[in-house]
Amino acid sequence: MLEVEGLEAGYGGTTVLRGIDLRVDEGEIVAVLGANGVGKTTLNTVLSGVLPARGGEIRFDGVRIDRLADRRIVEAGLIHVPEGRRIFPNMSVIENLELGCYRRGRANRAANLERVFTTFPRLRERASQLAGTLSGGEQQMLAIGRGLMGEPRLLILDEPSLGLSPLLVEEMFELIKRLNREGLAIMLVEQNVVQSLEIAARAYVIENGVVALSGAAREVAADPDLRRIYLGL
Amino acid sequence: MYSTEIVLEAVLNGLLTGGVYALVALGLTLVYGVLHIINFAHGALLTCAMFMVWAAWAWLGIDPYAAVLVVGPLMFGLGYGMQRLVIGPASRHDDGNILLVTLGLAIVLENALLAGFKSDTRTVATDYALEVVSIGPLLLSQPRLVGFAVTIVMTALLWLVLNRTDIGKAIRAVAREKTGARLVGIDVDHVYAVTFGIGCVCLAVAASLLMPTFYVNPRIGGAFVLVAFTIVVLGGMGSVVGALLGGLLIGAVESLSSLYLGDSLGQLGIFLIFIVVLLVRPTGLFGARV
Repeated sequence: MLEVEGLEAGYGGTTVLRGIDLRVDEGEIVAVLGANGVGKTTLNTVLSGVLPARGGEIRFDGVRIDRLADRRIVEAGLIHVPEGRRIFPNMSVIENLELGCYRRGRANRAANLERVFTTFPRLRERASQLAGTLSGGEQQMLAIGRGLMGEPRLLILDEPSLGLSPLLVEEMFELIKRLNREGLAIMLVEQNVVQSLEIAARAYVIENGVVALSGAAREVAADPDLRRIYLGL
Repeated sequence: MYSTEIVLEAVLNGLLTGGVYALVALGLTLVYGVLHIINFAHGALLTCAMFMVWAAWAWLGIDPYAAVLVVGPLMFGLGYGMQRLVIGPASRHDDGNILLVTLGLAIVLENALLAGFKSDTRTVATDYALEVVSIGPLLLSQPRLVGFAVTIVMTALLWLVLNRTDIGKAIRAVAREKTGARLVGIDVDHVYAVTFGIGCVCLAVAASLLMPTFYVNPRIGGAFVLVAFTIVVLGGMGSVVGALLGGLLIGAVESLSSLYLGDSLGQLGIFLIFIVVLLVRPTGLFGARV
């Protein structure tokens, strides 16, 4: 479904990604792991077209998307829920969700909204509240809900557990599993290694802008190199 | 001291003038609130709009009020194109550049008008310019009354557009969270240009309200924009309602200070208020944003 080959990207004079290869298939959860600053978020911003690629290819459903504008990528159904949520703080919860259908899924707006409210009953309670006044966990739900409004075919979740209490982190991983069981392909970009590997089918571990380790999640979890990469030993 | 009626009349006429100030400020505050740029070309664009209204009257015989139907779309196109083709590309990645680009555009526009129309002052003659409406013992200028009503309608329309339409919601989204907006598929460059265009439509409306009682020359816009900047700061940068209320307040203050201090010192009151607000409440009286 998503195929990335030799992807290179960076900012100004700095190269962050030095040739990333990865793949996400229909209906699977793929974890992309790595310590802080290895380029996970850069990878996501390139995939969603916010930052241009400097080399390599990205294909979604066999079509090259690395030269497309960000809105065309959303239109294709590759939807990115960013790190730091990036919700619209000056707008109500319901307006935030409706904007999730701005480019895609507009025809089913009412049905999508109902589905998001069923998934996140808390958001229904807060529908008319300004998004900026929500708690961190609620804002994360809103960010994911907004992503779901666009009827994603592949959902990229960037650090969804960041800043949540341990209890909410549990809930978040349960939710990701549930969304996946409903057939949604998910690329999960996380620092939370143990829990991510528990729910993912496959995993890629990034180090210094390249994939240092990849394979079935269980194998990656057992690999002695994983510890070395994380601790820099 | 003046009689109550004279003071009341001054306040009301001031409020009515303030309506047009508010329209000019509305465009400025919208562009600031969304694009986060101080548009130095705002005054020159107002001058352009006033010349368009004048030209529609002088060359085509179109009434200044009716001219808004032509000048409005023209100004929208001018604003959209300027943002999309000049300001956006020229200033990418650096807000400091935008100041210089809009300042440069102001100089180019003003001098183009100067080259085309010379520095003569031109007016539009209508048979309603001097009409007055009497309400009880008070006499109010009819064109100003019309201007005031139109300003209220424009503010309400703008509020509706921002809160009830998809493009309006996209504008508000971009104003506060550009990356988030891109990730839901909003075309940020388009939204910027539409916002700039709407700001210019406010100027077109202001121009057609002004022309029956005012005059135009290539440098006229500056006088209004100075007042508009004051209103924007007073009302809170980026606040639509703040621009309206700030405009009305400034109009009334200006009118009262002309009454008490003499016509030539009318603007003194405005800047006194401005300084006081900056000292006491630097976020403006109505600090809410778009």
